[in-house]
Amino acid sequence: MSGRSSSRIWGLHLAVLAALLAAGWLLPEYHRGVFSRVMVLAVFAMGYNLLFGYAGLLSLGHAMFFAAGLYGAGLPLYHLGWGVPAAFAAGVAAGGALALVVGALALRTVGVAFMIVTMMFSQVVYLTALYFTTWTRGEEGLVLSPALRRIDLGGTVVSLSDPAARYVIAFVLFSAALLLSLRLVRSPFGRTLAGIRENEERMRMLGYDTFRAKLAAVVLSGLFCAASGAAYGLLFGYVGSGFASIQYSILPLLWVLVGGAATTLGPLLGTAFMFYVVDYASGLTSAYLLLVGAALILTVLFFPRGVLGTMRERWLKWLP
Amino acid sequence: MAALASPTETPLIETRALSRGFGGLKAVDNVDFRLRAGEIRALIGPNGAGKTTLVGLICGRIAPSCGTILFQGRDITRLPAHARVMAGIAYTFQITSIFPKLSAYDNVALPVQRRLLAQGRARAHDLDAGVAEALEKVGLCGRASTPAGDLAYGHQRLLELAMGLALKPRLLILDEPTQGLSDGEIETFVALARAIAGEATVLIIEHNMQVVMELAQTITVMNAGRILAEGTPEAIRADRAVQDVYLGSHGHG
Repeated sequence: MSGRSSSRIWGLHLAVLAALLAAGWLLPEYHRGVFSRVMVLAVFAMGYNLLFGYAGLLSLGHAMFFAAGLYGAGLPLYHLGWGVPAAFAAGVAAGGALALVVGALALRTVGVAFMIVTMMFSQVVYLTALYFTTWTRGEEGLVLSPALRRIDLGGTVVSLSDPAARYVIAFVLFSAALLLSLRLVRSPFGRTLAGIRENEERMRMLGYDTFRAKLAAVVLSGLFCAASGAAYGLLFGYVGSGFASIQYSILPLLWVLVGGAATTLGPLLGTAFMFYVVDYASGLTSAYLLLVGAALILTVLFFPRGVLGTMRERWLKWLP
Repeated sequence: MAALASPTETPLIETRALSRGFGGLKAVDNVDFRLRAGEIRALIGPNGAGKTTLVGLICGRIAPSCGTILFQGRDITRLPAHARVMAGIAYTFQITSIFPKLSAYDNVALPVQRRLLAQGRARAHDLDAGVAEALEKVGLCGRASTPAGDLAYGHQRLLELAMGLALKPRLLILDEPTQGLSDGEIETFVALARAIAGEATVLIIEHNMQVVMELAQTITVMNAGRILAEGTPEAIRADRAVQDVYLGSHGHG
């Protein structure tokens, strides 16, 4: 870990953040809206990447953590009239608590069993959201009115339905998540997770309590995903059970695979790429999933380890 | 046995009536084994004698069916493997077990940071120093940035040894460390093992009798899950029973 590669890494990440910040002013209205969503969802992907890319644990149930954030923030805001900051904190806490319980149980299994167990837990969360229709209004969902989505900053009121404010908040969340994940993966804990991914038995015989390390990774991952879910609900004003469905467990996996597993910037790239491919394809034909599938096949063909993963393998060895 | 360890001295490792069965087979059968601090002990015996199972029981990879294991007089029978490593028992695998996709630096950084974290914090400076020290000992300093999987086989075995050393263990268990090494590499290894013995007790499973005779102060011979004989290399060489089951009829490849 030389000082030169370290400053290069921080330089790259700060440059990406600066470009995103500038884009907030430069992009046309429509694309600014898209990017607000992409940045929030990229935090979801980053949380997924932490577990899948770095610790090597493939979960098929991460929709439950996104949904825990979404409902954890949305329900108290809608029913109890909580403020936005308190609702956000509740969403993140709900995701962390859920991840702790699910992690403690699911980590007793490995491989395919782990995939199935996480998927089952996620289905439980999905069905729970559908079952308590009185509170959640099921598939129809809750619309959080703009009047509820305001932050009072000592006199100045920021409305989360204002696109400019939305972009800035999404940017702040994304920046925090990116810098935190960069620090995490370059820390001893990041190396521990990579060790577990590569050879868990050896890690145990090097004195690591691998169960605890994996549980910590699940909880951290859950916190990231819940923060994304809570922000998504609060910024875009809708909380529905669709976000807890299996589709939202598969999406972060796709985003991470396309962008590059175990790369810090891959989740952003993958999320943005998929968002625009779906957007463009659905403008052309109603059979847009066919085009999305073709685009995915081409990506995997030319970038077998995802865009950034393949670039790291071939040219940019220093990429974190 | 009584002549080897004075009765007042607490052995580093002691097993009492230790057994482990797999199905109907008793891989380790009622074994009382003692290891003094500071010695180099070789564990030999024909294939299937229970050597790897015995060290597996000692380091916690395998749970015993019954019996007790004491480390420095403390009962560690119920302690999980990772906690035994932190107590000072390091194990290097019979089949090379490294992190092939991580650099040689990271391979050694993992045990170093584990040791540093147990003491408090893993500062970058201490980590670098610890990794350099361990790689230096096995002569792999120049390979720090090479992915471990790209190293030559002999170097991978040395890297695994460096990982064990980086933990600064009280007891280092080496399971067939010279398997697959060239004669030159074996010579390097023997010199290295002698140097290690200055800092840690070494328990070595080995098939190469030349290495065993050169290194070990005491040899324990196992057969069919039991300890058949124990003594100095000369005594073991002269032992009839050992000659029958091991040295004579089976050879050692």
